[in-house]
Amino acid sequence: MQRIGVFVCWCGSNIAATVDVERVAEAVKSEPGVVFSTQYQYMCSENGQQLIRQAIKEHNLTGVVVCSCSPRMHEATFRKTAESAGINPYMVEIANIREQVSWIHKDIEEGTEKAIILARTAIAKVNLNAPLTAGETKVTKRALVIGGGIAGIQSALDIAEAGYEVDIVETKPTIGGRMAQLDKTFPTLDCAACILTPKMVDVAQNEKITLYTYSEIEDVKGFVGNFSVKIRKKARYINEDACTGCGVCMNACPSKKGLNEFNQGLNNRPAIYIPFAQAIPNIAVIDPQQCLKIKNGKCGLCAMKCPSNAIDYTQTDEIVEREYGAIVVATGYKTIDLDKFGEYAYNESKDVVTSLELERLMNAAGPTKGTLLRPSDGEHPHDITFIQCVGSRDTSGCGKPYCSKICCMYTAKHAMLIREKYPDVKVHIFYIDVRTPGKNYDEFYRRAAEQYGVDYIKGMVGKVYPQPNGKLLVQGSDLINNEQVLIESDMVVLATAIEPEPSVRRIATLLTTSIDTNNFLTEAHAKLRPVESPTAGIFLSGVCQGPKDIPETVSQASACAAKVIGLLAKNTLKGNACVAGPDESMCNGCSVCANVCPYGAITYVDKEFRLGGGKTETRRVSQVNQAICQGCGACTVACPSGAMDLKGFANKQIMAEVEAICKR
Amino acid sequence: MQEVKEYTPLIVAFCCNWCSYAGADLAGSSRLSYPANVKIIRVPCSCRVNPMFILKAFQRGADGVIMCGCHPGDCHYTSGNYYARRRMSLLFSMLDYMGIERERTRVEWVSAAEGAKFANVMNEFAKTINELGENKRLEDLRCK
Repeated sequence: MQRIGVFVCWCGSNIAATVDVERVAEAVKSEPGVVFSTQYQYMCSENGQQLIRQAIKEHNLTGVVVCSCSPRMHEATFRKTAESAGINPYMVEIANIREQVSWIHKDIEEGTEKAIILARTAIAKVNLNAPLTAGETKVTKRALVIGGGIAGIQSALDIAEAGYEVDIVETKPTIGGRMAQLDKTFPTLDCAACILTPKMVDVAQNEKITLYTYSEIEDVKGFVGNFSVKIRKKARYINEDACTGCGVCMNACPSKKGLNEFNQGLNNRPAIYIPFAQAIPNIAVIDPQQCLKIKNGKCGLCAMKCPSNAIDYTQTDEIVEREYGAIVVATGYKTIDLDKFGEYAYNESKDVVTSLELERLMNAAGPTKGTLLRPSDGEHPHDITFIQCVGSRDTSGCGKPYCSKICCMYTAKHAMLIREKYPDVKVHIFYIDVRTPGKNYDEFYRRAAEQYGVDYIKGMVGKVYPQPNGKLLVQGSDLINNEQVLIESDMVVLATAIEPEPSVRRIATLLTTSIDTNNFLTEAHAKLRPVESPTAGIFLSGVCQGPKDIPETVSQASACAAKVIGLLAKNTLKGNACVAGPDESMCNGCSVCANVCPYGAITYVDKEFRLGGGKTETRRVSQVNQAICQGCGACTVACPSGAMDLKGFANKQIMAEVEAICKR
Repeated sequence: MQEVKEYTPLIVAFCCNWCSYAGADLAGSSRLSYPANVKIIRVPCSCRVNPMFILKAFQRGADGVIMCGCHPGDCHYTSGNYYARRRMSLLFSMLDYMGIERERTRVEWVSAAEGAKFANVMNEFAKTINELGENKRLEDLRCK
């Protein structure tokens, strides 16, 4: 028989306001096994924990029930408390009377009654708890970073700096990501390439970092400390060791009609190309959909011209398998499709562009060599209208309900840069709100509005009408002057909402980590564990977790690296104590459990059993590798003879919980 | 005249630790209420829910049983929710055959980010069970 202590927490007024904690503590006193029960304002505080430790010693407790917040919050805390008082940490159970009772039920009577039932349920379980010990597993001291944008680059550099090996997997032929496409960065107007490309070079030169560009994650197996990842290195059709990045092939290629992805499709590139001048690695790649030689065997001009004989049309994808201790997801974002926003005439007029396209149009390495020209006729524009929140803060279902966070600032930047370079150009900005929290951000916006004479109009745009004379008529409302406005512009720039890179869904599935309704990866705790995913060993860096600008992304990337370093610094990890195991006397070695195990933790051995009377029998029985078992319990339900059970969530324990709940 | 006490049905909810239990926590921290007669049992994964647990619940007088897990493809243990889905569809049709209405059993996928969905599902399920009333089918098996 257990000797159980029950500790009811008030959580200040969080629980005590809608649950009569004294009545709960009193009501459970007569439960089987309970020898002590009390209540206290904050059980998780040092005084509260001391109270538990003291009660364990004074009353010789063997089990503890804490009626408090969710076990996802403080189970670990109270397990440690119990351990420090000399009892096994797995003899602690939590009754969640905050998230499941006090926060959702307003009626004290109803709440108290439910709290008592939940406490009884936890007591019923603890009565059947047994001491457990966790096994230990080794940590592979190597990290994987998925995504080679500024987030991935920063995480990888920081991890490598601490002395650990890092691999970066990037789907594009070069690292650099979105930041490489930007012209200038707010609020200092540094040139993005000037601050990013040295970091890209650092990555290439760092001997601890291995780059897999033009590669994808094929498969992920394993668990924290021991991931096994298959990487598909897509065929570049180039011998990477031979290519010097001279670019002769690009001039030789006759198939020049491919859309230049780096310039957001604003100009064309040949079938064999290097994405941009500072690409890392500076190696060409062939687009197999476009290459005449690969498509129909006729051409081969680039191979003839290549001075280093690097071209190989027969190359195929290669699968690399590597082991990692930790994985950082830094898959970034894209701008949303504007198909549902016909009112802005994006698909009708070339002169309606997204802000990311404008970045390329203003960039010295862009399609217009940095001179701002109208895409339709290459003329100098005289009037430009910016429209904010295109698809952001949109509850109509066409766009995204969230704020994309970066648009107010980059639009102020664009306006300022245009007015600085071309003082004759009039700039109008339609906005719902201007949101500029951040160091020197509001000052930056005010400079745009006050010093640069940018015409900020509070209101939304109803429609953009392309005119026969090539101009764009913007019809919007001015909420401050309460009037309709019509503006004839040469160009319209849409601050298009950003969304997570769509491939992140597949990555999240491979990593078994969760994703929210907007496809952003979920963090382990919104406030206190913002860079960890709920799946141990998976970390989140950059916009894949939520919209953010460059400084925030870099901070998060470094925070991520700190977490990874903390993990890789350990030689072993405490495994999961709640593992499965068979009752060998009942097991007949049927193999059903091994078939459902997602980790391959179950094997079979022939074992000798005594039958009595000096006789023995050899039977095949299952065996669970405790280091590999993650404790899901799939095998326990599949087992036809009921031999398999899960420690910590045993059949008897859950049955006891069901009974306690159903007791009326 | 004897006072007729309104019957409060009893609902047992099995929630996986990684998605649905966290979804319930989010419903709690967002103060989204659902009826107090919903009682949650935490399991590591929806695939840990043995059909016996559900039978036991009905036998002991539960009026509805709901099992929540991670969305298909998002299982923390890769594939546990697929096993659970198959097992439950078999079990629920058997229960239906035994006279426990289909509406008394349910499988729902609730992610850790879906606090509002959790509360909605529980409100809706509780409403359905309220309408169905007491589950008497397994009463003779109860050890009353």
